[in-house]
Amino acid sequence: MRVALFATCLIDALFPDAGKATVTILERLGLHPEFPLEQTCCGQMHANSGYFEPNLVRRYVDTFAEFDAIVTPSASCAGAIRHQHVMIARDAGDNALATRAQATADKTYELSQFLVDVMHTDDVGAYFPHRVTYHPTCHSLRMLQVGDRPYRLLKNVRGIDLVDLPRHDECCGFGGTFSIKNPDVSAAMLADKMESVIESGAEVLCAGDRSCLMHIGGGLERIRAGVKTLHLAEILASTDREPLR
Amino acid sequence: MNRSGELIWTEDPPFAQNASHAVDNAQLRRNVRNATATIRQRRAGLVAETPDWQELRHAGAAIKDDVLHHLDRYLEEFEKNATARGAHVHWATDAQEASAITADLINQTGHTEVIKVKSMATQEIGLVEALAARGTTAHETDLAELILQLAHDKPSHIVVPALHRNRAEIRRIFLDHMPDPPENLTDDPHALAEAARLHLRRLFLTTKVAISGANFAIAETGGLLVAESEGNGRMCLTLPETLISVVGIEKLIPRFRDLEVFLQLLPRSATGERMNPYNTIWTGVTENDGPQEVHIVLLDNGRTRALKDDTGRQALRCIRCAACLNVCPVYERTGGHAYGATYPGPIGAILTPLMVGVEHAPQLPFASSLCGACYEVCPVEIDIPTVLVKLRHDAVKAKPHKTEDAVFDAARTAMSGRRRWTAALKSARLMRFIRHAAPPPLSRWTRTRDLPDPPAEPFRDWWRKRKG
Repeated sequence: MRVALFATCLIDALFPDAGKATVTILERLGLHPEFPLEQTCCGQMHANSGYFEPNLVRRYVDTFAEFDAIVTPSASCAGAIRHQHVMIARDAGDNALATRAQATADKTYELSQFLVDVMHTDDVGAYFPHRVTYHPTCHSLRMLQVGDRPYRLLKNVRGIDLVDLPRHDECCGFGGTFSIKNPDVSAAMLADKMESVIESGAEVLCAGDRSCLMHIGGGLERIRAGVKTLHLAEILASTDREPLR
Repeated sequence: MNRSGELIWTEDPPFAQNASHAVDNAQLRRNVRNATATIRQRRAGLVAETPDWQELRHAGAAIKDDVLHHLDRYLEEFEKNATARGAHVHWATDAQEASAITADLINQTGHTEVIKVKSMATQEIGLVEALAARGTTAHETDLAELILQLAHDKPSHIVVPALHRNRAEIRRIFLDHMPDPPENLTDDPHALAEAARLHLRRLFLTTKVAISGANFAIAETGGLLVAESEGNGRMCLTLPETLISVVGIEKLIPRFRDLEVFLQLLPRSATGERMNPYNTIWTGVTENDGPQEVHIVLLDNGRTRALKDDTGRQALRCIRCAACLNVCPVYERTGGHAYGATYPGPIGAILTPLMVGVEHAPQLPFASSLCGACYEVCPVEIDIPTVLVKLRHDAVKAKPHKTEDAVFDAARTAMSGRRRWTAALKSARLMRFIRHAAPPPLSRWTRTRDLPDPPAEPFRDWWRKRKG
């Protein structure tokens, strides 16, 4: 199986550790993931702001069409690829691209989906002796419907103290450019989410989307909450031999 | 008055500014949060006990889609059957025409006072104001609508329009604005309801003309249905001599038996009840029973415009249950007035621009974090997030925005190839200098959050070194 990593523009630019962790997990499972350097962005940020970018859809399809599976450590990017690419291609009147986009989207997986559905495992041999809470991001919960896959993966991490996040299914208020266009509503939602995180008593907040974590983490840092944010992949990559630094 | 009546309150309702004020109002946020949480929990409990809920949703969506695909046929069938049963059917293309038809019908009766059933369609066309301008007083009889009318306030929710008010505020409104408030009125809910009951009873017994909307219009029989909780609606629908109902053309259902689906979906979604306390169905005129003069005004007012939108037309399936408002994290923090339109919340953010044209309400499709909670609860499976994204695209095309267009132009260029992207990644390091206080518009981010500490190198540099 030829597996490609779609790192996402955000992880490529700002959160390389989440990308490295994804590579670590895939290699531990015996895969040899490739990272095609032509990849840039899925176009979600643009589309959700009203700018449809068929060229980014084309770039994604051209870059990844040849692979058997594309793994991405982002539920919202996987969601955009699966739910928006065809729409954007059709809107541009490019039906050939729409057909190819559908085929590529069908083999694009968010990390937890890939591990559980394709690799048929919910134990990736991780060790992470910390108190962790998991925020199911809206796009993983409702758009991709990853269900309990991330929980199953986390529960099998040795040493972990997994605690519930109160009101876990409430949106954190990020919403891409929503956080800039409606900053006060976004901040009000963030304040409530931070309250839940603190209430959980966790040292680490994890999620399958670095974008939401950038928002919640940025708020937690601002108030010096002392709670660290980590991508789900970073926890799953950690072992007793090679613990997370 | 603009052609859409009250569908939007101001051209281009400024959601972001309205919302900023609303989130600062702690009392408002508490009122909205408590009320939506209560209905949300009740709904969730009832949905959990309904084993075929998802099948009911599919059925509801399919029935409404059938109506929308054959709207012409069902409308004519409805008109034919309602007319055969003694109703008079009128057609209105917009708010002005619907209000004018209604006003003329009232004039013909010679009365100048009418009682009203709670109705979104009449709210949407600004009927009460239009009638007042022609010398007719319309009394709202729904308790919440009465509160708002007395307070000269506007509804902030589709089903519970005064949800932004608590009982202490309502007591104040009654004392200040009711013509005959009871002495020693307390803020006990029973006392408040009794005060309203005494006030309304006089109106029910003396007023000869009533106005309503309808939840469903049954093509097969020509009948209309109003679902409500108080019984005040039934008073209006049965006691007066003349009944005029303003009904959106999307309210049609093909057959009587389709109510089996919708009368399960609606109460569970709207008020968290297994059944509405009052379901009143009337079919034309029944001799010596109820109103003997029955009029139905079928209203377009932007619905056929919405119907033309391939992606957006699913919004016309809406049965006005407001479940999407009750789960919306944005609505919960802003309340309904921030949307500046008759239909607030997620459904309003798509329905309003679809009906008036997105160029007149370009901010509304952006009034969402796209969390998808609305789609999950919608009883007729309206994919609100997808329609929002599509309308954002339309809004951007309709109204260019210099700064934003430039930002996305730059992003498009940077992401258009490997070399350009690699070069752009180097500039990420500059973020270090603005982490805590960035220039506008990024300052909107750094006001409440730090930006991330940029990494020593982007992911692809690490990858290239590793591969040698």
